[in-house]
Amino acid sequence: MTELLVGTKKGLFVLEGEPGEGFEITARAFAGEPVEYAMRDPRSGRILAAVTSAFYGPKLHYAEDADGEWEQATGVALPDGRNEALARLWVIVAGEDGTLYMGGDPGVLFTSQDGGASWSIVRSLWDHPTRPDWQPGGGGLCLHSIVPWPGEPERLALAMSAVGVWLTDDGMRTWRHGNDGLAPRYVPEGTDPGMTLCVHDLHRAARRPERMFMQFHGGVYRSDDAGASWTDIGAGLPSDFGFPMVLDPADPDSAYVIPLTADMDRTTPDGRVRVYETRDAGETWTARGDGLPSEHAYLTVLRQALDRTGSGDALELYFGATSGAVYASGDAGASWSAAAEHLPPVYSVRTA
Amino acid sequence: MTTVRLREPLKRLAGGRADHELEGATVVDVLAALEREQPALAGWILDERGHLRRHINVYVGGERGAADTRVAAGDRVDVLPAISGGAR
Repeated sequence: MTELLVGTKKGLFVLEGEPGEGFEITARAFAGEPVEYAMRDPRSGRILAAVTSAFYGPKLHYAEDADGEWEQATGVALPDGRNEALARLWVIVAGEDGTLYMGGDPGVLFTSQDGGASWSIVRSLWDHPTRPDWQPGGGGLCLHSIVPWPGEPERLALAMSAVGVWLTDDGMRTWRHGNDGLAPRYVPEGTDPGMTLCVHDLHRAARRPERMFMQFHGGVYRSDDAGASWTDIGAGLPSDFGFPMVLDPADPDSAYVIPLTADMDRTTPDGRVRVYETRDAGETWTARGDGLPSEHAYLTVLRQALDRTGSGDALELYFGATSGAVYASGDAGASWSAAAEHLPPVYSVRTA
Repeated sequence: MTTVRLREPLKRLAGGRADHELEGATVVDVLAALEREQPALAGWILDERGHLRRHINVYVGGERGAADTRVAAGDRVDVLPAISGGAR
């Protein structure tokens, strides 16, 4: 049985089931409210849900179960001193040592040591001297990817739209960029992009941590030096524009992406929904669409709406679309079935 | 004293009480006083800067007000979600 936490424009939905055998909606919380991200902390077992009410602003809530009592987390706000307010929470990631990390807009990182009940802002990033030069993307100045290093809690990578990759090796005391090789097409050729690097998603290969994969705003990249430099590997895709990405933790040469037509047409190409898989570190890509809509299907799959559980032959993949559909594969993408078809627009999908 | 009147979900966060008697010269003053008296409301009506959230409306004595609208003893400030927020 796999539990899916699906954040939508109109609430959090909990789905339980098995790929190919169907899923049931077992709970709904925050009805009517945008739930941009929800995950279950593997250490505490709590569900954490980021909710941005159009009226009351972004809040983080936690509960043991979605239909239980929710409490509001504390410390989820910007410090005094600047004329800015927290706009949105984008991602929550469990770290190596029990730390929870949370990224938000405007380019803010929080940590929690108590399972998400209370949070502190990471001042080294908040006070970074380059911050005045940071440029927001279309979704805001969103810190959307937080990538721990297995077994080494001092090392962390972040990605932010449209600032690029930040790397730390000293427990977040200092940060350095990891943007060499990224070639944005939205600035004139030969122009230094500075800090206008619109990373869409960032992941690390569990069994070879110095290898990372990135979905960029036009471009899919691989790094073999822990994010210091990047090589474009998107040539075999129908489009190298897209948002989410996952890796098979058993295979450091693997990655899955969901191409969208282009930045000006963020729908699945040619009306066909297909996930693309590489097993050779991006040399070649294979379409995985058996069971997915194959005609007249113009879906948009957002940044946090693809996730996995298991690995190897037992790799399960799940993604949701703004159409309200959620799709499931229990065989590493070889075949797919619908887990839900009529949810509100899906913002995030996380397995638990 | 000025009365701030809340509806759900703000009322629930404020101990289940709709009406709160508060001191202050302006709308934002009494709302800040409300946050101090009811810490669970912090960040819900005013953001970290102390600004009235964009899709919150306030009415003073039945008239549409703003953050800097002056209030007097005996006034009632109603805090309501704006219909504009429903666009999301």
